[in-house]
Amino acid sequence: MPEAVQKRMTQEVTVGENFTLNFGPQHPAAHGVLRLVLEMEGETITRADPHIGLLHRGTEKLLEHRTYIQGLPYFDRLDYVSMMCQEHVWCLAIEKLLGVEVPRRAQFIRVLYSEITRLMNHLLWYGTHALDVGAMSAFLYAFKHRETLMDFYEEVSGARMHANYFRPGGVNRDLPQGLAEKIRAFNAQFPKYIDEFETLLTDNRIWKQRTVDVGVLTPEEAIEMGCTGPMLRGSGLSWDLRKAQPYEIYDELDFDIPVGKTGDSYARYLVRIEEMRESVKIIDQCLDMMPEGPVKAQNFKVSPPTRDNMKSSMEAMIHHFKYFTEGFHVPAGEVYAAVEAPKGEMGVYLVSKGGPKPYRVKIRAPGFAHLQGLDKMVRGHMVADVVTIIGTQDIVFGEIDR
Amino acid sequence: MHIDKYLDMAQLVWLKDHIEGEMKEAIREIHLANRELTVTVRLRDLEQFLTFLRDDRDCQFKMLVDLCGADYPERAERFEVIYHLLSLTQNMRVRVKVLIAEGQAVPTLIDVFPNANWYERETYDMFGIPFEDHPDLRRILTDYDFDGFPLRKDFPVEGKVELFYDEALKRCVYRPTNLAQPYRHFDWQSPWKALDDPYALAEEDNTFDRGEFTGTELTRAKASGEDE
Repeated sequence: MPEAVQKRMTQEVTVGENFTLNFGPQHPAAHGVLRLVLEMEGETITRADPHIGLLHRGTEKLLEHRTYIQGLPYFDRLDYVSMMCQEHVWCLAIEKLLGVEVPRRAQFIRVLYSEITRLMNHLLWYGTHALDVGAMSAFLYAFKHRETLMDFYEEVSGARMHANYFRPGGVNRDLPQGLAEKIRAFNAQFPKYIDEFETLLTDNRIWKQRTVDVGVLTPEEAIEMGCTGPMLRGSGLSWDLRKAQPYEIYDELDFDIPVGKTGDSYARYLVRIEEMRESVKIIDQCLDMMPEGPVKAQNFKVSPPTRDNMKSSMEAMIHHFKYFTEGFHVPAGEVYAAVEAPKGEMGVYLVSKGGPKPYRVKIRAPGFAHLQGLDKMVRGHMVADVVTIIGTQDIVFGEIDR
Repeated sequence: MHIDKYLDMAQLVWLKDHIEGEMKEAIREIHLANRELTVTVRLRDLEQFLTFLRDDRDCQFKMLVDLCGADYPERAERFEVIYHLLSLTQNMRVRVKVLIAEGQAVPTLIDVFPNANWYERETYDMFGIPFEDHPDLRRILTDYDFDGFPLRKDFPVEGKVELFYDEALKRCVYRPTNLAQPYRHFDWQSPWKALDDPYALAEEDNTFDRGEFTGTELTRAKASGEDE
């Protein structure tokens, strides 16, 4: 390590009554690899300087050197607790540029799995946030059910987490037999589990003492900071891309957007809990309304033909070969596509110059904007509240560092 | 389409005319493509233009959603800095671009959108684009004392240095990247004509018809060859 670096890493020294505290990068409450340099006056924080990038893997650079389908698995690994929502935005960006329509059944499957993903994400957030603040049992309750949801991932894609399931033009394969019934059975039980989660925390005196009036954001501040998702809605703004700019079949579904009143950590907690209930409603509707049909665009320039066809048709064989070696070509142009990921607006700015690889990809991660506002949110709070605020922001470093 | 269902094209065309009418001097180019509005503005008018978009009563683009760079080495003005704005009240998006040459600085936008801070740091980190008057223009995503700007097109994808733990020195050291097998950059030069216009093909190639669909018969490959 160069000398200048070592010097910088050891320069935090006590000066007078104000001192600097190095929080992380190996701290269980930092949700990954966050190095937070806190300037404090006694125990009150006067400034927070997050040092990020410890999980930077150069996803955007790598994507420029991969075909569009090879790029897809990288999106699972961005926000590694809400995998399919990331795949979704990548597929939408490509489809927008291609002008390919997605079959209706695939749209339902995508929405179904986006909402399962939302449940998974919120369960992880619920468990770890409570754990950070000091409630152990909430973690165990949440992770038990998250396991079941990961089983649904596994049934459909073969992988419990990094599914690589969505495809430009649809999804990789149809739901296996009997899965719909399993999801339905789980879904029927799940509202009861949410009630259980709530009995642990919602009226818990300690929980309230730790979260009420901690990290308050006014609606103006939230917009200024570029907050999206529950961070924005907790401050009283009813903004959800699923309602405001619906994609897939969200406009046909009946669900509500929970909105907080006070803009503090407790309000955001309530918003996320309510969001889980809404997701349950959406999953039910998806299963009820899901039509029969293909799950991939039947344009074999952009999606692979079936194995059956490949064995008998020369054209299908050629298409199959071209699809998996060269990849499909995307016309030149630039688009921005966004979805309402569990953490907020996940966007992809995609520039294509034609050809099978993207020219430039910029991933707009919600957590990046949220973490940027950390400094503003923690000023004047105690050290212990920093942990609460990191928790309420639902930080995951995969997407922030990219 | 399953995307942009909400989009009101008339509103977007109106917005284009509105911006053109109000800020004609600042605009270098304005166009609608892929159902999105892109405005390229002059560098010196950037701040004024974005302030207009933020404060105008009919625009109200109050949220800076994203800010990023892009590198086009073959152009005289090599870099693009791209701003994505969102209007929560009008439910519209707009993309604003400035073109700059290497070494040229972009004015910082922290006064207009406070959250531009980290985005500008990232753009500086990735492309080496300096932002004038930025209060804290440090690298953000790459390592402390990183050398080079990784998202420039002339930066190798495998990087220039690798990090190792040196047993003798008992610390981490950088060594030049040494791949056992050189990075294979597949340049898919295809002898076939590439499909760059899926619209023309989508009609003749799309065998999927929702009305006719029955069970397993859907995948009759009726694809026409691309080699013509």
